[in-house]
Amino acid sequence: MNFDFSEEARELQAQARRFFDAEAGPDAARRILNDEERAFDTEMWSGIVDLGLTALRVPEVHGGLGLGAEEICLISEEAGRSLAPVPLMSTLLFTEALLVAGTPQQHERWLPGIADGSVIGCFGWGEGRSQLPTAMPDTRMAKGGLVGMKVPVADAPIAHVAALTVAGDDGPRLYLVDLAQDAAAVERVDVLDLVRLHGRIALDGARAEPMGGTSAFSDFLDKAAVLTSFEAIGTQDAAMTMAVTYARERVAFGQRIGRYQAVKHKAADMYVKQQLAVAHAMHGAWAFAADAPELRQAAAAARTASLDALTFTAEENVQIHGGIGFTWESDCQFYYRRARALSAGLGSRGFWSERLVRALEQRNAETA
Amino acid sequence: MDFNDNREEAALRARVRAWIAENAAEYEGLPPAKTPEEYVARQRGWQKKKYGGGYAGITWPKKFGGQGRAPMEAIIFSQEESRSAAPTGLYDIGLGMCIPTVFTHGSPDVIQRFVRRALEGDEIWCQLFSEPSAGSDLAGIRAKAVRDGTDWIVNGQKVWTTNAHLCDYGIIITRTDAGAPKHKGLTMFIVDMHAEGVECRPLKQMSGASDFNEVFFDDVRIPDAWRLGAEGEGWQVALTTLMNERLAVGGKPRNSPDWSMLMRVAAITETARGPAVHQADVRERIAQAYINDRGVALTQQRALSALSQGKTPGPEQSIAKLVVARQMQEISRFALDLSESAGFLTGEDGSDLARLQDSYFWAAGLRIAGGTDEILRNIIAERVLGLPGDLRPPKDTPFNEVQPL
Repeated sequence: MNFDFSEEARELQAQARRFFDAEAGPDAARRILNDEERAFDTEMWSGIVDLGLTALRVPEVHGGLGLGAEEICLISEEAGRSLAPVPLMSTLLFTEALLVAGTPQQHERWLPGIADGSVIGCFGWGEGRSQLPTAMPDTRMAKGGLVGMKVPVADAPIAHVAALTVAGDDGPRLYLVDLAQDAAAVERVDVLDLVRLHGRIALDGARAEPMGGTSAFSDFLDKAAVLTSFEAIGTQDAAMTMAVTYARERVAFGQRIGRYQAVKHKAADMYVKQQLAVAHAMHGAWAFAADAPELRQAAAAARTASLDALTFTAEENVQIHGGIGFTWESDCQFYYRRARALSAGLGSRGFWSERLVRALEQRNAETA
Repeated sequence: MDFNDNREEAALRARVRAWIAENAAEYEGLPPAKTPEEYVARQRGWQKKKYGGGYAGITWPKKFGGQGRAPMEAIIFSQEESRSAAPTGLYDIGLGMCIPTVFTHGSPDVIQRFVRRALEGDEIWCQLFSEPSAGSDLAGIRAKAVRDGTDWIVNGQKVWTTNAHLCDYGIIITRTDAGAPKHKGLTMFIVDMHAEGVECRPLKQMSGASDFNEVFFDDVRIPDAWRLGAEGEGWQVALTTLMNERLAVGGKPRNSPDWSMLMRVAAITETARGPAVHQADVRERIAQAYINDRGVALTQQRALSALSQGKTPGPEQSIAKLVVARQMQEISRFALDLSESAGFLTGEDGSDLARLQDSYFWAAGLRIAGGTDEILRNIIAERVLGLPGDLRPPKDTPFNEVQPL
């Protein structure tokens, strides 16, 4: 048995971690927050491209490294940990959409640019109302092209191309939209996460190419869930480290507050939730890499458990910090806000826990 | 990543499975033992078969009668054993915790006298640690041992001793110097459970069942030759024993309810709002139960992977009992609530309802046994996350002068 990541994948993770530790983190997040002009950290983005992180999944024929799921799972974790203000997760998700559902022509057209960093991708499904990722979208293909609106879409204002959900015959399906056209107008929108850029894409007869059907979209959604689970775990781990570090230093009533069980037990619960999430996310990484039929349940469990861990930790991190944690100056807000971004980014916990139970029922029905 | 055995593991598993199938066949379909004698006879028979087949003490050094094999081999054997009808359990504490303490800290004569007989199943062992006033705070032991020539005389009370009434020997931790600091005045001994002055009384749990004993010691003589470790070093000796306890207690009891049982119960429960399984709050509970159950199982797979690769498992398995015990209580209670007042009527033996009711009571104990939820959180916070320990009286205070803070 070898239920662990390969040495090579761990080494790549360590390399990314060193880069992000040096370049990203809450200070870099705050610089973006305070800079009205800048949408993302372009220097950091160049460094990421130089490291080959956008090229990981791109097949070698298209100028990439052709690596498997393990590596991008761990890179997603590091992206999450560092809060890096760059469109890495969006581009990784767009790449996965292409790999799951794209045509050879679409691969040819977009993958080389992703590998060399000249193309930023994004993925959008929400339409600005209470909606689920698998519900039929209003956005549709009309005679003159795509019509509808996608909002909020992470990194849309800086992306060159988008994978968007569009009404299909029996559910959403993906369309690829080149954002360099007037019929796909992108504008920045304000969201709760002040570090990650979001936009609204107004589609008014936009040229678009189909990418797979509804079942391909569903497969993509599962893989996206695995990646964003690792991202959430990275963010959670950073928030937990912040809470634990503070509890080790802060003194109240003559003791370091980490001595109080009311405080240390919160920290222990953060760890318990994290480890459950890690176990499910690893299961998801395995199912992703092995193309296993368990992917649906593993991805849903990973997403549910990772949102549980992140939400709990982001909230209790503020609580452990007390008043200072509630201030604008504290870094607590970054994790508190990012937890909202990750929850809203791909369907909230309730959607995924329901998807998990359905997958379990399905499996029971098959084995019965 | 993969979940499969490597080639050697697969070969071993096949060999073990065949051996167990052949040797455990006689236990299949047997009703539960009717008397303690019958229970002991079955367990002893199986232990002797394992010894004969070279499957006893798999990881123990050869010089102590073991097989000197890797932990992974013991795990594979016990996985296959737990899938069979083989009668196990009675020897777990003795061979899992007591005897490794004996061969680590006992004199050559003591090892010679006790180890092999225990492994062969001839003598059954128990662990006499907890006391009414020393539970989580185990070093607060009060059972007293006083030197008398070449003997020690023990007086006091132990509690939560599993199978004490069926055992031949036990390891007992005593206070031999009340004027020394708490952790320094303890000494460990082997005690003959049939000796004069030892009295076992069944302890009745809140469920009405009796799975443990109270053991009373009234002027019980123990030869000094049966001391384990030096006088005053009983705490270090106890740590050897305890290292394995949380793993041993951590497992979820066989047949305890899990997410799939909750799903099954929910599917057949008609409520005023329709089938329970269609209701959002029920589905949410099923999801949460799966996250917990499967999450712990996958975490254990991570630990097994590490062992299989010859590495040391990480600290993540420390979450297991904390999650499992609480989950068992919540899932049982939730399922009982689904049945509304019907779930309050005592269920018939063997029914799902009876299982849920038993689990609801057993879980309350499991949250305490082998490290309470609170102690386990302390351990995670302090040893894994590096938070400071609770404030305690100064370590060098003599035990008999310690005042509550």
